[in-house]
Amino acid sequence: MSGTAKPRDPFIAALGKIYAGYTGGFALFVVFIAILEQLGVPNRILGYLFVFLTIGVYAYIGIISRTAQVAEYYVAGRRVPALYNGMATGSDWMSAASFIGMAGSLYALGYGGLAFILGWTGGYMLVAILLAPYLRKFGQYTVPDFLGARYGGNVARAIGVTVLITASFVYVVAQIVGVGIITQRFLDVSFALAVFLGLAGILVCSMLGGMRAVTWTQVAQYIVLIIAYLIPAILMSAKVTGVPVPQLMYGFALERIEELEAAFRAAGQTPPPGVVGWHSAAFVGANGQFSMNAAVNFFALVFCLMVGTAALPHILMRYFTTPSVREARQSVAWSLFFIFLLYFTAPAYAAFAKLEIYQNLIGQPIAALPEWVRNWQIVSPYGVPWINIVDANNDGILQWNEFRIHPDVVVLATPEIAGLPYVIAGLVAAGGLAAALSTADGLLLALANALSHDVYYKMIDRNAPTKRRLIIARTLLILVAILAAWTAGNMGADILFLVAWAFSIAAAGLFAALVMGVWYSKTTNAGACWGMAVGYLVTFGYLIWSEFFGLSFVETFGTREAILNAARQAAALPQASAELRAYAQGLIGNAAAVQDGPLSWFGSLIMTTDSVVARGRVVARLWGINNISGGILGVPLSFLTIWLVSQFTRAPSQAMQDFIHDIRIPRGGVRLADRREAVE
Amino acid sequence: MPLVEDTRTPQGTSPPAVDRATAHAYWKKTSALMWTVLAVWACAGFLVHLFAPSLNGVRILGFPLGFYMAAQGSLIVFVVGLFWFARRQNRIDEEFGVQEE
Repeated sequence: MSGTAKPRDPFIAALGKIYAGYTGGFALFVVFIAILEQLGVPNRILGYLFVFLTIGVYAYIGIISRTAQVAEYYVAGRRVPALYNGMATGSDWMSAASFIGMAGSLYALGYGGLAFILGWTGGYMLVAILLAPYLRKFGQYTVPDFLGARYGGNVARAIGVTVLITASFVYVVAQIVGVGIITQRFLDVSFALAVFLGLAGILVCSMLGGMRAVTWTQVAQYIVLIIAYLIPAILMSAKVTGVPVPQLMYGFALERIEELEAAFRAAGQTPPPGVVGWHSAAFVGANGQFSMNAAVNFFALVFCLMVGTAALPHILMRYFTTPSVREARQSVAWSLFFIFLLYFTAPAYAAFAKLEIYQNLIGQPIAALPEWVRNWQIVSPYGVPWINIVDANNDGILQWNEFRIHPDVVVLATPEIAGLPYVIAGLVAAGGLAAALSTADGLLLALANALSHDVYYKMIDRNAPTKRRLIIARTLLILVAILAAWTAGNMGADILFLVAWAFSIAAAGLFAALVMGVWYSKTTNAGACWGMAVGYLVTFGYLIWSEFFGLSFVETFGTREAILNAARQAAALPQASAELRAYAQGLIGNAAAVQDGPLSWFGSLIMTTDSVVARGRVVARLWGINNISGGILGVPLSFLTIWLVSQFTRAPSQAMQDFIHDIRIPRGGVRLADRREAVE
Repeated sequence: MPLVEDTRTPQGTSPPAVDRATAHAYWKKTSALMWTVLAVWACAGFLVHLFAPSLNGVRILGFPLGFYMAAQGSLIVFVVGLFWFARRQNRIDEEFGVQEE
């Protein structure tokens, strides 16, 4: 594959056989479970077999891949072929949110949800053309390594580590919550126990072998997750349309959904809260008319997710593991291909589930709903039942707005909706678990490596022997994992919305400094440090301020009407603190004295600043943009700061210019401006 | 096995892989490819979706075209575009003799 004259590594040469055998073995295992089910083995046992056997295989791969070499631990010895690195990146990338949550978001948001599909794939173009080949050529261990070498040492490295930790930690906590939800549902254990079971599964994969072990388990996890995602969709499509190609056939489902929606509206019904009433219409508001606000939010979200993808360290570090620059580029293309397989199926899941529900459930007597609906009327970790039937008008008939389904159920319940045997439900659970575990592995490794390699080795003890470095790396891995599991166990599902923040934070903090480090040779150390700090602080500050202190944000950036509106929202909010409600009442009572906020000119620059009630809070929206897209401010600001400061600070030295030239060209070594930055 | 080949040599004295003029020409061509792909990215990622409300008027196999572009069309452009980019960049590498040995 590489076309070089290097001696063929027997392990790499055998990879095709190994993973083909593994895939066949997994297929046989599924067939075996299906036979057990026919023989009458109870579902609970089948669930246990699925969860423990797959985790057992990952653990086995993790243990046989153990290593005592630094280069193996941090970058898998740099010999992962492009295709396999693509698969590993695919499962590293696709988290519990992609596997379980994506189809559900599409179910609820319709066209609006496609922003996630576009954003989480298009970012790989940026990775391939702007970053991956050059980071690979640079050839060290972590993303902060690059920042340290390019921007003169520890200040840049420390800022990079800070951004990395902020973005990766919230992300890993969400993965552990995901593992907990799946394990809890299929093993029937408490959430806290489920979280720690998942934690054990994550640690055995990554602790002994670092990146090497994580790479080979992630490939195995990709195979499980893609099989588990495609099979129910194929069977569902065969059931609904008679053709087993869901990605082609859901167009007809979309057509039917639109007809049904129109019929419901004609009967005077409204969609349930959170679900759009026009599934495939683009940029519509609640009334079905074009909404500028919806369009702006769509594009802002696509932009932030794309740029965030290209700045998340656990993804970028995967391209440090290929044997060459050439394979790094190819590997990004393969990554996107493997991700694409899942993402272009997700809208089909959403459409088929919606069609099934609209066609066969709405309008039925509530007492006569099918079995699977009743199975999911149990309380979720979010505090409401997974499927919540609210007979609002007490007529005993299910209306459009009375069927409230949690987005996560769409994928998890598809096997039951399609009337498939339990073995398929177990398969989906195994797939969701693989998705959550693989992402958690990658994130934990990125976090622990930043702490052990960048903070401990590079900043604290430059002379630490290999053995001690690896011990520190493993100890930190366990500590970070326990801290993440503890956070997940305590906060539960309430913090899932934070995941979306990780993209904006990484995008605003890292993207500009990484890209300009390669593409703009005049970028100075001070410029990059200021740019990263400004992007990170503005974005993180904006997210905190608008999310948790929404009223105060509107009072600063909003017009008089916006302030009064936010005050009315806060006063009517049951979850708000008594203080906040009293304060909001005060504002309303004294409405004549309320004036435009001091920075309302800025808040009205593009569109007006307003607020919405979300997640039990009054959340402010600068220019009407949801704060999930907070990076829309930080990213350009970070670029601008780097460029401006670079004009006024001393240009990079000749040695640094040489370094930049070297990383731009695939052939030859890299001359470092500061030799202490070299690896080994 | 050293991962950075020439860390032992003093900075700046080891000869660069190619001469300056070649490096410059190579980078010019690489940048042009980068801008091309970036333009494709902007069109498939953003521009085409600006017209989604009108494109939705066209239906193919039941799909409203605007919906289809965001759900599949742009994704296919991304995937094919990346394989094309990898091939194109390899050819540029070989043209200037800077491919890895």
